[in-house]
Amino acid sequence: MRGLDLRIAPGERVLILGESGAGKSTLLHALAGVVGDDEGESEGSLLVDGEHPTAHRGRTGLVIQDPDSQVILERVGDDVAFGCENLGVPRDEIWRRVRHSLEQVGLDVALDRNTSALSGGQKQRLALAGVLAMQPGLIVLDEPTANLDPEGVVEVRDAVIRVAESTGATIVVVEHRVSVWSDVVDRVVVLAAGGGAIADGSPTDVLSRQGEELAARGVWVPEFPPARPVRSQRAAQQTLITTQDLFVGRAKRAVAAPSDLGIVSSRAIAITGPNGSGKSTLALTLGGLLPPVGGAVVAAPALAAGAGEHPIRWKSRELLTRIGTVFQDPEHQLLTSTVRAELEVGPRALSLPETEMDARVDELLTRLRLEHLANANPFTLSGGEKRRLSVATALATRPQVLVLDEPTFGQDSRTWSELVILLAKLVDDGGSVIAVSHDQEFVAALADSTVVLA
Amino acid sequence: MIPIASVNPVAKLGAGLLVSVFLIATIDWVSATTALVLELVVIAFMGIEPKRFWLRTLPVWVAAPLTALTILLYGRYDGEVYFQFLLIRISDGSIELALATFLRVLAIGLPAVVLFISIDPTDFADGLAQRLRLPDRFVLGALAAVRMVGLFLDDWRSLELARRARGVADRGRIRRIAGQGFALLVLSIRRGSKLSIAMEARGFGGDTPRTWARESRWGTAEWLTLVVGVVIGVTATVVAVLTGSWNPIVG
Repeated sequence: MRGLDLRIAPGERVLILGESGAGKSTLLHALAGVVGDDEGESEGSLLVDGEHPTAHRGRTGLVIQDPDSQVILERVGDDVAFGCENLGVPRDEIWRRVRHSLEQVGLDVALDRNTSALSGGQKQRLALAGVLAMQPGLIVLDEPTANLDPEGVVEVRDAVIRVAESTGATIVVVEHRVSVWSDVVDRVVVLAAGGGAIADGSPTDVLSRQGEELAARGVWVPEFPPARPVRSQRAAQQTLITTQDLFVGRAKRAVAAPSDLGIVSSRAIAITGPNGSGKSTLALTLGGLLPPVGGAVVAAPALAAGAGEHPIRWKSRELLTRIGTVFQDPEHQLLTSTVRAELEVGPRALSLPETEMDARVDELLTRLRLEHLANANPFTLSGGEKRRLSVATALATRPQVLVLDEPTFGQDSRTWSELVILLAKLVDDGGSVIAVSHDQEFVAALADSTVVLA
Repeated sequence: MIPIASVNPVAKLGAGLLVSVFLIATIDWVSATTALVLELVVIAFMGIEPKRFWLRTLPVWVAAPLTALTILLYGRYDGEVYFQFLLIRISDGSIELALATFLRVLAIGLPAVVLFISIDPTDFADGLAQRLRLPDRFVLGALAAVRMVGLFLDDWRSLELARRARGVADRGRIRRIAGQGFALLVLSIRRGSKLSIAMEARGFGGDTPRTWARESRWGTAEWLTLVVGVVIGVTATVVAVLTGSWNPIVG
């Protein structure tokens, strides 16, 4: 990011937009004073209250995207108090602020409640309370709702607004989903990928003039929704997986799976439900990765093809052509140091001939817009690129069933659209898709049936 | 009932260390037995659920006989030799030393484990920083890291499943675990750097002197805990000296 001239007045609420790589997060980190001098280069000046951001600790509060990475202490009260302690606030005053902040963000739990037992939305509000207790004049939020379920999004958004109204703090927020914030901010700034700002003005003004272009660059603009797939004639359907009195679970807690769970070719099934209802566990059990706690997952002969009827007993290699799984966090499934090598892992495990492997890898690189990154290290890719890569690695071995865990979490509208179209084509061509998702638009665009876990 | 849970963790650590100092100074069975008996009496009054007690102290019950066995087979020989094979030599001396070692591991290990069952990491960090004046950057950094262990366990499980899903889990178990360990290291460094940004954004590591939201209390109960540690250690030593079995390691 470079060449940006921006003046934000006290009490303003600003939404920052821009495509991936435009430097939105960098700007927020710089505002919060957490960009070290040794991390990259900087030119020009950035002043908060007329001073360098690091000069006055606690004037700016930062809330980041990942709920798990910003919980610092084990008990709710202690976590909120952490910032105050660092600023040297006296003890009595700390606890007064802690109670007040928790009340303002609407987090009504005991002070000694364990922070790891909170939901994603609660964790984000906890982080906000911790920031609020420092009584900052500026609060910056880096995609604070990207990893949350729909209820969590509303909880966090409303808490931010309540805080802004009661404290008069300046708010600067980065988010892909414009609709969440457009009604409550009074200014929208669009950063350009090359540097500087493309647009700067009131939400209605910017969105009506720039809406279409923003949408094309991956921003979620309500008036310009991402393209949805055009469905074609489906291939014939046959049952691939059935379940018998299935119970799924991890660490002793078992959940009964719905009884009518049939996985059929040429169909997409969505698994939804609140946090902690066992959606991922069910998907991983159906995918032959976790053993059932009770009952059984049974593969029909059409899928098993001689490998036995219980997917959990299949060899790792036997899974490849039968059931592919895409994990929620792409980083968990990365194995190699280049994108190309990553795509070759599956085909190599199947001992495919070199020519066949190269053909498949090249095709996937093109189809998922990863060609220019073939020699890049997978860990250095952007969130959207990592997601596309993780889907591509599963597709490289052409599994009959594809299991995906929250594939659209935190994705911009462009990646979202590409994913949905790709998956729809897969289903139309005879594949079967099982997707765990909170994303109602994704479910509506793709799923033939939905399983709701309570 | 002794309300041990509310005692400052630093005092518990101190009491455990005090007992150990007295017991490490000698290698006889009388001092270890005396200390063990006194400790069991104290532990009995702590009101620990029996199941929890046995479960948590299981490692000590396993470690004690194993250590003793090693001493029995290879320890200093003295008096009559009962069995000999290559380097193995069981004698009066090694039997006595094995017994003393067995009791000593229990006498040092049991109270350590029992005292630590009730230690809350946050309270412990408060005590280390406020009472022992350890640098707060170091203490709080370590505390935040401890909280991340749970996340690492989840990461490890996901890495394992992901390797099965990617078709590489059939062969080369040792190599795979090494690779998985490296992947976990990469993930934990990334998590760690995000956490440190979050901490820095909340003013951690600044020049302002830090205040503490929770006071790490130190009063009668804490002094008493230390006294109990000293009493057990001294009693054990006195009994051993009086019975003539005190056997200092040094000298």
